[in-house]
Parts: sequence; structure tokens; C-alpha cells
Amino acid sequence: MQLKADHVSFRYNQADQWILKDVSLEFHEGERVGIVGPSGYGKSTLSKILAGYENPSEGRVLLDEAPLPMKGFCPVQMIYQHPELSVNPRWKMKKTLTECWEPPQELLDRIGIETAWFTRWPAELSGGELQRFCIARVLSPETKFLICDEITTMLDVITQAQIWQTLTGIAQERNMGMIVITHNMALAEKVCTRIVDLRTVNHIEPSE
Amino acid sequence: MNQTKKQFWNRKKLIVLLVVISAAYLLTALFWGLFMDPSLYGVHYENKLLSPSASHLFGTDAMGRDMFYRCVKGLSNSLVIGLIASAISSVVALVFGVLSAVFGGWLDRFVKLAVDLCMGLPHLVLLILISCLMGKGAFGVMTAVSLTHWPSLTRIVREEVLSLRQSQYVSASAKMGHSKSWIAFHHMIPHILPSYLIGLILLFPHAIMHEASVTFLGFGLSKETPAIGVILSESMNYITTGKWWMAVFPGIMLLIVVILFDVIGDNLKKLWNPGSGNE
Repeated sequence: MQLKADHVSFRYNQADQWILKDVSLEFHEGERVGIVGPSGYGKSTLSKILAGYENPSEGRVLLDEAPLPMKGFCPVQMIYQHPELSVNPRWKMKKTLTECWEPPQELLDRIGIETAWFTRWPAELSGGELQRFCIARVLSPETKFLICDEITTMLDVITQAQIWQTLTGIAQERNMGMIVITHNMALAEKVCTRIVDLRTVNHIEPSE
Repeated sequence: MNQTKKQFWNRKKLIVLLVVISAAYLLTALFWGLFMDPSLYGVHYENKLLSPSASHLFGTDAMGRDMFYRCVKGLSNSLVIGLIASAISSVVALVFGVLSAVFGGWLDRFVKLAVDLCMGLPHLVLLILISCLMGKGAFGVMTAVSLTHWPSLTRIVREEVLSLRQSQYVSASAKMGHSKSWIAFHHMIPHILPSYLIGLILLFPHAIMHEASVTFLGFGLSKETPAIGVILSESMNYITTGKWWMAVFPGIMLLIVVILFDVIGDNLKKLWNPGSGNE
């Protein structure tokens, strides 16, 4: 499996300046690619485009040379920076967790989700606990690429280490591709097999 | 306060109790009035203008009609009109709000314009105009009230749907392969329903008050109908001669009903909103 950004450019509307210009990247299964760059350089925008949440203004995103499927479970899944925004506040955690598949107990243990949390509301869990649910719910076997947009930025260091250890472990076992968006160079070096600096692939001309 | 008592009467139970009492009062008034024997508030010229007593709790009017039963019947009429009018109003609000949020574009602009127009005009003027156009009476009042009370609820529904559509968990749900109708049913409705129902309940007092005021001004229900508005406007002729009971009791009854609806609405809002649990 291969995920490809083919000359992707993006801007919010015609009058705006380009956020991404002519970005071409390739990701392969089993690879863990870190995308680094300073704030405001379009890391999150790129991740949304790769996951199919936004359509590029120009260019295409291809999964095995075909456009991303618009219906059904998307093999490219994304985990957001703010877990409290990505779970429905009116759902108990059990429903959030099983929204697209039934994670086995063994996986829950590895990620560190306790069964006692199932009956709680999202407001009754901490950010790190919520983020574990967000991770577990998209780790279905159908997920071929996982895009992690600053997923541990707001967590404490111990939780960060736990989550990354589990995630890289699972990715290796399943030969799943991972795209790690971060501005933490040390983290990228530790977790990733390859690092891309967005500044070198984003062809924004200085005049724009 | 001792410990066991404190634990039993927590805030949630108090709210439930309050809501149940209010609902019981309103339902009693509604059904008692609906199935009341008309002779109870019939004309008895031998009992003209009696002040309140054990046999006539609220006294009688110039035609010897018992004011207590007339009030209950009037309230019941008002409640029925309020119920139907706010039901229609809320459906209009739901449809407009959802359409405007989902389709956007010119439809959204049209709905927003209609909302602003409706809110910009004084309600009473619109009510009187529509009621007169529709030939007054119960039908006229009902149409007028249902056509003027949807804007605020439309705004609420529109905002809710808009913010939900852009929320991360809804777009994530779509990427997890869920259809639009699944998302509408599982994500949207649980969010909109509480504010919609509370908006609906908070519409009642407005509807009832407006019905009473239009009727009071003589553009609503006919003179023979027992209705709070009619009773109040009649009693204005007698209040200068010291027949205070004809205005005071019906007024208080109306006030209680309106306040109770507000109490129910506000308390249900607290119960249904998980975020307000620690208030």
C-alpha cells in the first residue's frame, strides 16, 4: 500500500495566499514518516488533505494510484490534536470506542484503557485518557495509514512515551504506515523511520 | 441539616419534584377544563357580582358566572391554544433551522432575513394583523401565534446544526464509514433534541401570554368563550367599582401558569445538560 500526495496545492479561497504549493510526497506501508516544520507552515492542513477531510485546490491524493474512497471506512485515518473535540460529549465512552469496530480486550490493555471508564462521560476523563479512546477507535485492522496530528503535544511525558511505544509497536506488527506530524524534532527522531521537513517540499514563493 | 436528609434531597431530586408538581398543576388545569360540565360556569342571574366565598371561591361576575370554574376553563382553553400554536411554531423552527444550516447559500440568507424581519417587528402588531386577517376567533389567534413564535427557536436549531456539522467528531464519524443519516440520528439528534424540547417548553408561556393579550385587546377569542383574556378585559369595566376579585384571581392564575412553564423549562435545561451538573 502506498499513499501519495501528487502535486498538492491548497488555499482556503481564490483570494487567499497559498498555504501549500506543489507538495509531492509518498508514504509506504510499514514506514513511519515524521513531518516537521514551524507553526503555521501547513502541517495540519496537509494532514487533513492526506486524510481526505479537505480537498486540495490543485493536485490529488492517491491511495494505491486511486483516489481516497469517499464512502465506507477510509483506510487513511487521522487522530487529532484535541481529543476533547473529537469525541461526542453526549456519548458515553463505550459508544465512542466502538463507533467503527470492537477493539479486542488485548488492545485496550496495551493502550491502557480501563473498562471502568466505559460508563463515563467524556467530561469525566482527562485529555490523555480521552486520547487513548481516540486512538483505539481508529486502530481497526482496515486502517492502513494512520495520521497523527500532534497527538501527544498536550500530554505529560510519561503518557507520551507510553502512547508512542504502543503505537509504533502496533504499526510494526501490522505493517501499517504512520505519518507523524509534530514540531518536536526529538520525538520525530525517536519515533520515525524518515523525517520530512515541510519547508523543503512546500514550494511557496516568497512573493506570495 | 442532617446527613441522611441532605443525601436524599439532592439537587436533581428537587428539580424533578419541582418539575413534576408544575406539570401536575398544568395538566390538572388542562384536563379539568377540557372535560368540565359547561353548567358549572353557566349564567345564574341570582348570583350576580358575589365576592369570593366558600361556594364561589373566586366570586362571580355581572352575569352570575362562577369565576373559579370560568378561570379553569379559560386556562384550559389558553393551554390548548398554546400547545397547538407552539407545536406548529416549533416544527416550523426545526424545518427552517435544519434546512438553513444544511443547505446554506440563498436559503440560509432567506431564513435569516425572515427571522430578522419577524423579530424586528413588534410581536403584538403582527399578532393582531394576522389574527384579524384569519377572521379572529380561536383559529385566528392560533394561526397568529404559531406564525410569529418560530424565529428564536430557528436560530437555536440553526446554530446547533452548524456547529455540529463542523465538529471534529462528526467529520471523523463520516471517515469511519458512517452514512449521513446514521450521523444525523446518532450525533445530531441527541444534541439538538434537548435544546429543541426546552425551546418548545419555553415557547408555551409566550404563546399563552400573547393569546391572552390579543384576546384582551379584542382581536382574538370571542366574548362568549371563557378565556383569561376575555375575563380580564371584562373585569376592567368593574374594577373601578371595587369588584377586585374579577381581575385579581384570573390574573394570578395566568401568571402562575406562565411562571411554572418557565420553571419547568429552566430546570429541565439543567437536568439535560451534562455540563451544568456542578452548577
